Amino acid sequence: MSGFPDLTSGNRPVGVVSFAQHDNVRREGAHNEVEMLMPVVAEVFGNIGITKDNVGFICSGSTDYLVGGPFSFVAALDAVGVWPPRAESHVEMDGAWALYEAWVLLQEGEIDAALVYSFGRSSPGNLSEILALQLDPYYMAPLWPDPTSLAALQAQAMIDAGLATEADFAAVAARARRSALGNPKAQVAYDRSPEDLLTEEYEVAPLRRHALPPLTDGCAAIVLAAGDRAYEWCERPAFITGIDHRTEAHAIGARDLTHSPSTKLAGEKAGVARSGVDVAELHAPFAHQELILVDALGLGPDVDLSPSGGALAANPMMSAGLIRIGEAARVIWSGRADRTVAHATSGPCLQQNLVCVLEGV
Amino acid sequence: MSERCAVIGIGQTVAKSKREDVSIAGLVREAALMAVEDAGLTFADIDAVVIGKAPDMFEGVMMPELYLASALGAVGKPLMRVHTAGSVGGSTAIVAAHLVASGIHNRVLTVAFEKQSDSDAMWALSVPQPFSSPLLAGAGGYFAPIIRAYMHRSGAPRDIGMKVAVKDRLHALKNPYAHLHLPDISLKMVEDSMMLWDPLHYLESCPSSDGAAAMVIGSERAVAQAESDTGRRPAWIHGMAMRSEPTSFAGRDQVNPQAGRDCAADLYRQAGISDPRADFDMAEVYVPFSWYEPMWLENLGFCAEGDGWKLTDAGATSLIGGGDIPWNCSGGVLSSNPIGASGMLRFLETALQIRGLAGEHQVPDARRALGQAYGGGSQFFSMWVVSVDKP
Repeated sequence: MSGFPDLTSGNRPVGVVSFAQHDNVRREGAHNEVEMLMPVVAEVFGNIGITKDNVGFICSGSTDYLVGGPFSFVAALDAVGVWPPRAESHVEMDGAWALYEAWVLLQEGEIDAALVYSFGRSSPGNLSEILALQLDPYYMAPLWPDPTSLAALQAQAMIDAGLATEADFAAVAARARRSALGNPKAQVAYDRSPEDLLTEEYEVAPLRRHALPPLTDGCAAIVLAAGDRAYEWCERPAFITGIDHRTEAHAIGARDLTHSPSTKLAGEKAGVARSGVDVAELHAPFAHQELILVDALGLGPDVDLSPSGGALAANPMMSAGLIRIGEAARVIWSGRADRTVAHATSGPCLQQNLVCVLEGV
Repeated sequence: MSERCAVIGIGQTVAKSKREDVSIAGLVREAALMAVEDAGLTFADIDAVVIGKAPDMFEGVMMPELYLASALGAVGKPLMRVHTAGSVGGSTAIVAAHLVASGIHNRVLTVAFEKQSDSDAMWALSVPQPFSSPLLAGAGGYFAPIIRAYMHRSGAPRDIGMKVAVKDRLHALKNPYAHLHLPDISLKMVEDSMMLWDPLHYLESCPSSDGAAAMVIGSERAVAQAESDTGRRPAWIHGMAMRSEPTSFAGRDQVNPQAGRDCAADLYRQAGISDPRADFDMAEVYVPFSWYEPMWLENLGFCAEGDGWKLTDAGATSLIGGGDIPWNCSGGVLSSNPIGASGMLRFLETALQIRGLAGEHQVPDARRALGQAYGGGSQFFSMWVVSVDKP
């Protein structure tokens, strides 16, 4: 046991001590959400030799619209097995926000550990149509704008503002998919040059296939532990030294899509710039969004960006953000990094963003 | 809880079948703005927003908090969205209060809503799912057999539920925000209404409402400021608890769920409650179907198991009848049911009572109150205790 880092947010050191994720696949046809999740929950506990009896709080993230029925979190919770009854909560958000809720509760000192999980399958429905239902129901949703078209508007705005070129998008995608070759959980990984990627047809101009995230079925789980408990379960916990999240307006026309003021503010509150960053795991579903995030977080050229391949390698809805936190913790456990940044996003064109700074001692 | 916190602002819309004059954003903003102004604040003074509602399919908007960010003044702030089934209004208030209790924020706005007229809740509850039985009968059909089990177990006379239905509707006549105002309500009127799910008559069931509820929860510092700015006292939070249990397994007691008893025990430990009937001056409890009053009287420890119906029968829970422990003075869920907001309305009404602002349905000198919400198949519980006294 070797002490705790200085905290930017909160007053109690809380560490990520275990992480597990399902294989990210295009279509997990034979297994439903619960069947995907159960081995992952077993693994996240098994990794550190604990059971659900060791956590004082359970918090999950999922959304009914992917399942196509109400109360999708209930079946998962039933399977996790809340008996005897447990303190439990659920957000209709990416699991990164479920982790935030658990972190808040851990700050108060009544509990020492929490289980966080999230799940989502894109395969049962048409994700482009489903995500259109996330938009303003009176003025936007009736037009059925799909997420790729909205992202393309954002990418075009960057080009028009002279902030980036299509070659920059291709460079991001080439690096991410090459990094993904080292990630056994990745769904899309390859070694191709940016020049080669630029020969692809447009999906929605100026975005070609490489700049788009894959459609993914997946789920993930994390165990958080506070104070000394973190060291009981993990040799080198990844302590959350800063965590914050912010939202922007929903209306696309009300925002400067080429910048992410919400990420910038969350990064400042989380203390990203307080010291050097070794690794940043960014939840940038579209290639150009990584450029916006790097700028908003002030990450320099020496930062290792999304070594897992990020959301371009696998983009399980509701889990891709939580997975970024897990990946940013893993490189601290292994000693490969001392200070990392994880980012999660939600909503069209990076509307809502969470930034989490992790440090090992 | 580490930091003291209290309710310093309250807002709610009038509940009604169809709010066709406002969008979803207009509905939530109406309640939110009222709460913020009640606290002597503007949206600029709010640090974070926590919003809750029941399943998104009830309106047909996926994760509507994204679309509502501007209407709630949340731009540039943390915005969270809670969904814990029917208990969600209570859970949402608790998540918001923890943001203050943990010392992270100074003032948090919490909002819950349902605009049932924008979609069809019965449809949303009944969408067929692979390998699972649909709830084709809606919530009433689900709970009726559990109610019959309670009647069998406790030996309660058949008219107890009807008495609750009358009592809560009489309370609602004193609450201008309540959806149902039935001045002629009587046992005969309830008995003559259509039998929906035996033993539940039409008038023993909650309505479908459009409505929103909002509160501002503040730190000790924010409380002092609000008190001096508005002259209205806070409702201090003395305890908060949530518990969940599985939907079904052999031996699960659905009449008197363990999660509810555990949740109350944890809450009472935090708030120093030893005798709920004596220690509380009033309670707002989630009673969407009449018989849940006697069932929750037992589950919450206001009497011994099997005796809940006797309190109801004796008028102990009636404000108008001068009962010693008035329940649901607002009219309760039986009189207004904007589903996602129904739990928050329970919590909000306790704060309104403690602040002495409940108007005609005010319990004289209410000093300590219990708010409870439940959801799912009676497996999700959220509760809090608020008091005039600083903890």
